[in-house]
Amino acid sequence: MSERNMRTNQVRPMGRQGGQMGPGGGMMHGGEKARNFKGTMKKLIKHLNAYKLSIIIVIVFAAASSIFTIVGPKMLGQATTKLFEGTLGKIGGMDASIDFEYIGGIIITLLGLYILSSLFGYIQGWVMSNVSMKVSYGFRRDISEKINRMPLRYFDSTNHGEVLSRITNDVDTLSQTLNQSMTQIITSVTTVIGVLIMMFSISWSMTLVALFILPISMLLIMFVAKRSQKYFKEQQVYLGHLNGHVEEMYGGHVVMKAFNGEKKSVEKFEGLNEKLYGVAWKSQFLSGMMMPIMSFVGNIGYVAVSVLGGWLAIKRTIEVGDIQAFIQYVRSFTQPIAQLANISNVLQQTAASAERVFEFLAEEEETPETEHPVKLEHVHGSVEFQNVHFGYKEDKIIINDFSAHVKPGQKVAIVGPTGAGKTTMVKLLMRFYDINQGAILIDGHDIREFSRWDLRAMFGMVLQDTWLYNDSIMENIRYGRLDAADEEVKAAAKAAHVDSFVHTLPDGYNMVLNEEASNVSQGQKQLITIARAILADPRILILDEATSSVDTRTEIQIQKAMNNLMRNRTSFIIAHRLSTIRDADLILVMDHGDIVEQGNHQELLAKGGLYAELYNSQFEIAQAI
Amino acid sequence: MLKLVRYLKPFTVMIIAAIVLLFVQAMSDLSLPDYMSDIVNKGIQQGGIENAVPKALRQSTMNKLTIFMSDRDKAKVNKSYTFVDSSNVDYDKYVKDYPTLADEPIYILTETDKLEIDLLNPIIGKAILAVSGIEKAKTEAKDGQIELNGTKIPANVDLFALLAKQPIEKRTEFTQSMSEKFTALGDNMIIQAAIGPIKSEYQALGINTDKIQSDYIMSAGVLMLLISLLSAACTVLVGLLAARVAAGLSKNLRKDIFAKVESFSNTEFDKFSTASLITRTTNDITQIQMLVIIMIRMVVYAPIMGAGGVIKAIGKSSSMSWIITLAVVLLLGLILSVFVVAMPKFKMIQKLIDRLNLVTRENLTGMMVIRAFNTQEFEEKRFDKANTDLTNTNLFVNRVMVFMMPAMLLIMNGVTLLIVWVGAYQIANSAMQVGDMMAFMQYALQILFSFLMLSMMFIMIPRASVSAQRVAEVLDAKPTILDPKDPKNFDKVEGIVEFINVSFRYPGAEEDALKNISFKAIPGQTTAFIGSTGSGKTTLINLIPRFYDASNGQVLIDEVDVRMVTQHDLREKIGYVPQKGSLFSGTIESNLRYADENATNEDINEAANIAQAMEFISERPEGIAAEISQGGANVSGGQKQRLSIARALVKKPEIYIFDDSFSALDFKTDSVLRKALKAQTEKSTVLIVAQRISTIMNAEQIIVLEDGKIVGIGTHSELMKSCEIYQEIALSQFSKEELA
Repeated sequence: MSERNMRTNQVRPMGRQGGQMGPGGGMMHGGEKARNFKGTMKKLIKHLNAYKLSIIIVIVFAAASSIFTIVGPKMLGQATTKLFEGTLGKIGGMDASIDFEYIGGIIITLLGLYILSSLFGYIQGWVMSNVSMKVSYGFRRDISEKINRMPLRYFDSTNHGEVLSRITNDVDTLSQTLNQSMTQIITSVTTVIGVLIMMFSISWSMTLVALFILPISMLLIMFVAKRSQKYFKEQQVYLGHLNGHVEEMYGGHVVMKAFNGEKKSVEKFEGLNEKLYGVAWKSQFLSGMMMPIMSFVGNIGYVAVSVLGGWLAIKRTIEVGDIQAFIQYVRSFTQPIAQLANISNVLQQTAASAERVFEFLAEEEETPETEHPVKLEHVHGSVEFQNVHFGYKEDKIIINDFSAHVKPGQKVAIVGPTGAGKTTMVKLLMRFYDINQGAILIDGHDIREFSRWDLRAMFGMVLQDTWLYNDSIMENIRYGRLDAADEEVKAAAKAAHVDSFVHTLPDGYNMVLNEEASNVSQGQKQLITIARAILADPRILILDEATSSVDTRTEIQIQKAMNNLMRNRTSFIIAHRLSTIRDADLILVMDHGDIVEQGNHQELLAKGGLYAELYNSQFEIAQAI
Repeated sequence: MLKLVRYLKPFTVMIIAAIVLLFVQAMSDLSLPDYMSDIVNKGIQQGGIENAVPKALRQSTMNKLTIFMSDRDKAKVNKSYTFVDSSNVDYDKYVKDYPTLADEPIYILTETDKLEIDLLNPIIGKAILAVSGIEKAKTEAKDGQIELNGTKIPANVDLFALLAKQPIEKRTEFTQSMSEKFTALGDNMIIQAAIGPIKSEYQALGINTDKIQSDYIMSAGVLMLLISLLSAACTVLVGLLAARVAAGLSKNLRKDIFAKVESFSNTEFDKFSTASLITRTTNDITQIQMLVIIMIRMVVYAPIMGAGGVIKAIGKSSSMSWIITLAVVLLLGLILSVFVVAMPKFKMIQKLIDRLNLVTRENLTGMMVIRAFNTQEFEEKRFDKANTDLTNTNLFVNRVMVFMMPAMLLIMNGVTLLIVWVGAYQIANSAMQVGDMMAFMQYALQILFSFLMLSMMFIMIPRASVSAQRVAEVLDAKPTILDPKDPKNFDKVEGIVEFINVSFRYPGAEEDALKNISFKAIPGQTTAFIGSTGSGKTTLINLIPRFYDASNGQVLIDEVDVRMVTQHDLREKIGYVPQKGSLFSGTIESNLRYADENATNEDINEAANIAQAMEFISERPEGIAAEISQGGANVSGGQKQRLSIARALVKKPEIYIFDDSFSALDFKTDSVLRKALKAQTEKSTVLIVAQRISTIMNAEQIIVLEDGKIVGIGTHSELMKSCEIYQEIALSQFSKEELA
């Protein structure tokens, strides 16, 4: 993961000229497009309304900064002209001299202008980066808060990587391209217009010649770009094939080895590699042509200006300094044009990222809380299911008409084969999902009448998926009740048998779990989650008994800790242990997502259904043992 | 990084060619301002007349000029010109070029050697200045008196005749005094001053001087155009070479690294991790390819350009080169200080992004827990902290980076201004011409750009060199498992597996993962391994196909040490079914045939049948030709396992290894499959790693592992009696799996 992040999240310090840098010709391959460009842009502009003042400052200062720079060459040209006249006079008229006062005046003025221009440029950049940073900060915050308001349902069909990528990549691209396009549009437009005015003020004919060069370069670039794009696409396709093969072979290395597939694999790779090479160099070459073409066209402009300028200078239509100014203008003309040509790509990127972000923010949220939530002074912990119907998808109901009554303090075992949907019950009880029909009542109140906060505060949960976060063990236990004092945390840890192993760890309670929480064992993690639930001191418990990856000794400890936890509480247990099941007040047998049987051990055995069948088949094995 | 240099070797010629072309390109680019300068200096200022040696002279003018030359110079001048009059054979041709020839004989310049002309320049130049001085004095005659060097001479006197009669010393003195003003300013100034009289002389000869001027500019323009064409051609060729070198190099590199990785054993895979190996083979190579292109096209080009620019700029005006030095120092100083300030923060940003990602990922994976404990607000605060930290650091870096551009612009603009200011004085002192100053400006900018380019490279190269380093690491890694030099052959074809006192330790581990393992598995029997996670079951069976080599002791197959035969021969004997059924893209059939390309259709079908895979295969419309996507992503875990088992069955090996290969199967399928297997594997040695007691209960030999040691060997009933750990497992499983 971190390796990948390195690449995708590189901060682009040279973001502003990113388009032109490097031979990769990044400017041509725009990336994906937004589906609704206009709508997204409107939304984005609306969003940016909050930064109106800053953006106006950016526009004014960026424009001013470019204008000051644009004046430069012409004035400098005048200085050169004066110099030239002085020299000519010196040679011809003997006594003439160079007008240093005039030249000095121009230089001082220009120096002032240049300093102002840079200053304005800096102010513009400063303000703009403030805006873009605030925008990305805001978007990230909105997304993270949004996540908490979304129904779990959404994440069934969306993988985490996608959401992550919105928070980092999309928001990043958005702010970067926003920054880039905003500044570029302003400076490029100002520069192009300003330079055009300057050029026309010097010489009509030269300007027309300079402008004539533009369509030539456009044609050349389009010609190359078309071919380049074709090869680029092909290159991506072959690269995809090749990378696919690499991933597959490395991923299945052991199998490849075991079946002596080495030769086959290498042969296939070489074939793919050769194909890739065939298009890769063409693609690289063609995309690298942009720069030479641009500079060639630039040089033609240079030559044309020099020659035509020289000729016009003889005719005394223009001055020598004008040639110099013109050369500078022509040179500074091509870059903003290229930037403007690229701007649509940049905007497309902005829109594509913005669209994804807005899309996410507009996703459906959890159904709103009831207006007058019930508040219970004291929770007894009775749970009643009344004709519950539920399906993860509307058209695929898996729980059909389930009813049951659980008295306070009773133990409910949920049993069934792997994948039978045992956690569904948990999700329904805590309102991670809303049921489609019927009702679930706690102490006689529909769970939808509580606020989610109050409802969930009644529950404590220990799942097989031992989720802990990157902080100390102390903080991870405190997670059960954030305002708990250290002493309370330690008491909970003792009850959960965490205390007994914590002292063997470096730093004890203060040991920070690493990012994968792999510096404690699976069993220890389970105990920490139990401690967390003990600290929360809930009325109703939800436990997953899974102990598959835990050694026998730890298992006994976990069992003890769970028993401590269950005392006097209504509990729902995803049960694996025979003893738990036998002792349960109510057993829910699940299969294919539905509750197929319910009752206590004796009742179910007598019934002779699935439970009895399962139990008896196991009993045979037990006999054999 | 340097380790990869040898990969450049096949491309030496191309690279050298590219460097030569870059040189040409740089020279071409650098000579453009030269011509521009010529257009200004000679084309505009000197009217297209390049030097003080006229290409033709009237006889009368020549006579006047020679008065002011020493005899030696006179001879030299005479040698360089031919006398043409109406009797000349080419008269008709000459008279067209020089219409005045009709009235008066002329001298035509025949000398073409540039060095000779340079020598003639001051001689004729001074003479021209002397003559024009006298003529100027003549036109300024007042009251019939000419004032010449302080003496007054009557206006009607032929001054030239008068001077001609003077002794040579006198004449030289006169010449000196006439050109004094200009000689003080150097030869260059003499030429510039002589241009005016020469232009009048040309007019007197009837030459169209305007045409000379426009011709000069045009020819300079054509040259410039040709040069820029040459430059473009070079760039294109360099681009072509760079692309071929880079693509070729990365092809070779990719080929080598892939072949290398395929030869790796699990030890190397553990060391590098699969994900990292994939990035090294794909992304890192792409990075290197980019680097090579950039290296060739820019890193080589920038110094040539920079050095060339410096040489050219010094050529134009050495006394102004300090400006360039100053600019370069300022620019580098700016870049350096920006990076000193920003670099540490850059590294921090990466960490903060990782942090933000971590918190987000935790929020996503822990969604249920977070909601269950009502800690959304706490999580939002946690996220906000990561977000704020990132934003603040980003803001800092951005502000520093934003400083770069305007500052750089200021430096460049400042340099231009400085050049004009200092240049103005230089021009006033006639140390340079206006065109030279303009060219100097261009050179200065080119030099700055090349330094800018170089400093950019210094940012990019370290990044790519990390990739190179990572690739080199893989290439340098020595596979720990190699074929023996003189491999033995298996004499017997039975499939007896024997471990004698085998110990194994993972590289870098502190403790042995397997300790003194000894057992024997024979054909027709099933040997099962059971124990808790981390007890060493998988490690043990991995020693058989030599995925790892034992640290101590021997693993024998048919009485031959597995290290004494080739890996190919060894693995031919083994049908291996991994823990996670991994499939390759293709079809179901291609996956099954992976074990044996020559298997018959019956073999394939039978294997699928035994593995209980036929059921879901036949559910698919394409049947056995159904598409399998990369890594088998489009089939479920249980289906993958069954196909993996079928694949091993197609091979019909002597030894079967099932590494916990039944875990994703439900109980029913598991038992049916095992029954069918039993029949198929009657003559083979079967080794099974399992978690469930029920899977292995019927095995002829069960080996119980705990902490890498064998704590029990025997049948189920024997172990139930004798082995405490086995009992524990069995008891815990009974309850655990009662209903599973």
